Amino acid sequence: MEVFVQFYETNQLLIWLLFFTVILGFEVISKVPTVLHTPLMSGANAISGIVVLGAILLLRQSEPDDYLTLIVGTLGAVLAMINVVGGYAVTDRMFEMFKKKKQR
Amino acid sequence: MYLKFALDIVLLIAALAFIIGLRQQSSPDTARRGNLISGLGMGLAIIAVLFGPLQGAVNNYGWIAGGLIAGSIIGYYAAIKVKMTAMPQFVSLFNGFGGACAVLLGTIELYRASAGITSPGVGELLIICFTLLFGSVAFTGSMLAYAKLDGIVNDAKITLPRHQLINTFLLILTCAISIYISAVEGDISLLFVGTFLVISLIYGFSFVAPIGGADMPVVISLLNSFTGLTSAAAGLIYGSQIMLLGGILVGAAGTILTVMMCNAMNRSLLNVIIGGFGSTAKSGAAAAGSQGPIKEISLPDAAILLYYSKSVVIVPGYGLAVAQAQKDCRELDEQLEENGVSVKYAIHPVAGRMPGHMNVLLAEADVPYPKLLDLDESNPVFPQTDVVIVVGANDVVNPAAQTEPGSPIYGMPVLEVWKAKHVIVMKRGMSKGYAGVENPLFFHERSKMLFGDAKETMQKLVKEVKAL
Repeated sequence: MEVFVQFYETNQLLIWLLFFTVILGFEVISKVPTVLHTPLMSGANAISGIVVLGAILLLRQSEPDDYLTLIVGTLGAVLAMINVVGGYAVTDRMFEMFKKKKQR
Repeated sequence: MYLKFALDIVLLIAALAFIIGLRQQSSPDTARRGNLISGLGMGLAIIAVLFGPLQGAVNNYGWIAGGLIAGSIIGYYAAIKVKMTAMPQFVSLFNGFGGACAVLLGTIELYRASAGITSPGVGELLIICFTLLFGSVAFTGSMLAYAKLDGIVNDAKITLPRHQLINTFLLILTCAISIYISAVEGDISLLFVGTFLVISLIYGFSFVAPIGGADMPVVISLLNSFTGLTSAAAGLIYGSQIMLLGGILVGAAGTILTVMMCNAMNRSLLNVIIGGFGSTAKSGAAAAGSQGPIKEISLPDAAILLYYSKSVVIVPGYGLAVAQAQKDCRELDEQLEENGVSVKYAIHPVAGRMPGHMNVLLAEADVPYPKLLDLDESNPVFPQTDVVIVVGANDVVNPAAQTEPGSPIYGMPVLEVWKAKHVIVMKRGMSKGYAGVENPLFFHERSKMLFGDAKETMQKLVKEVKAL
């Protein structure tokens, strides 16, 4: 029990942020019309590539001769970056079609 | 000192960009800009994290740059090459890669803890295990979902008997291992880490295995929110608020979307995960034995029927996407409108393979927004409609969902097209829909079949109408 209390005390702000963000996420998303569900899912998926920051932080803190960590971290960065760039590009392609329609 | 302050402000701007970007994506007018803003936020976040002061940083910028650039190039090419019809698979594939990154992070952190390089506390270890476990489910689950949607894997072949028992066992096992690792404060062997990783990956595969048919979009949405949650957990490991915020935003988005999709199919999330579709399909198919003769309609007859009607409703489905017939569909629409026929589109929430799939396709073909009716708007319209054209849709227009309690899709809201005066069903053959259920609509007295590829048939139909 003590460890949990300690964990909460040291991470209090993060835990608060977590709960507020959950509510914020629900609020932002719940107002989206059905037509935009597929692109939105894709757009949200691109944001989930933010895990790339974890790979960057891991790589920056790794010892220069710790090749296991370096290789795993780099592979992680590659994979997450595919998610980020691919996600945003695909989402943009979907939204582009909505825009063309607006010009008519 | 000022560098840290400046980069912290940049991170704050990035966080706001994610929220504002998602917000703007909720309206078609601002959606594209919203995606751009969200992407800029991501760029800012990456720059800030790259150059921010970090305790014990060695940097290794060469490795980082290599990884980021390689990933960007692969991702960009994959995104511009993919066909619009393959979009759902690709969202799943990209999502799986994000999950894979989380798996790698979780594994390496566990390895470092077990090798004594780091000494995380109980709370941190639980979070690391969570990252590894949920990352694995998102990774192998998304890969399997991709394979299923792309037709590489057949649903029935990978489901074991008593599959739910196995899944429950795997879930309890992985949770127990996580608690054990945390309880012994990371004092574990490398082999143990590897075993945990393998079991987690198997669980992800097994989690998606029994889910099939029309439930696939729900799973992708769910896995999307899992990736979000793991990103958030990874943010806790590395003490990064921006990762926590972005991850939770996606987690919440995926959850809301998942619930909305389940509602559209009148099923609970638990029901979807248990995979009720596969197990009840047999009894449903057996019950639907009442088949009369089917009636075909010739192209000229169909053209005349359409030409002299007052109102036409087009019901698109996955067949339209596969045949890439959206532009020809629009052409037919224009031809009929010129002759004073009112043409609308009825879009079922789960038509195609994802909610909004049809909307995207029709938007690509420049079909005006107000012509699209959703489920609730469409059903009152059908009784006053002269002709309904079903283009490559099947399960979403199946009357069995209302009349046959034994059917696996019983209770799912459907488009009541059979209430219109005439129904023309455009179809390649008499194959079953994605749910594997017989469709009594094809034998309905008001239905007429128009066999052939949707694109070709549409083109011929346009010619016939023009000739009149």
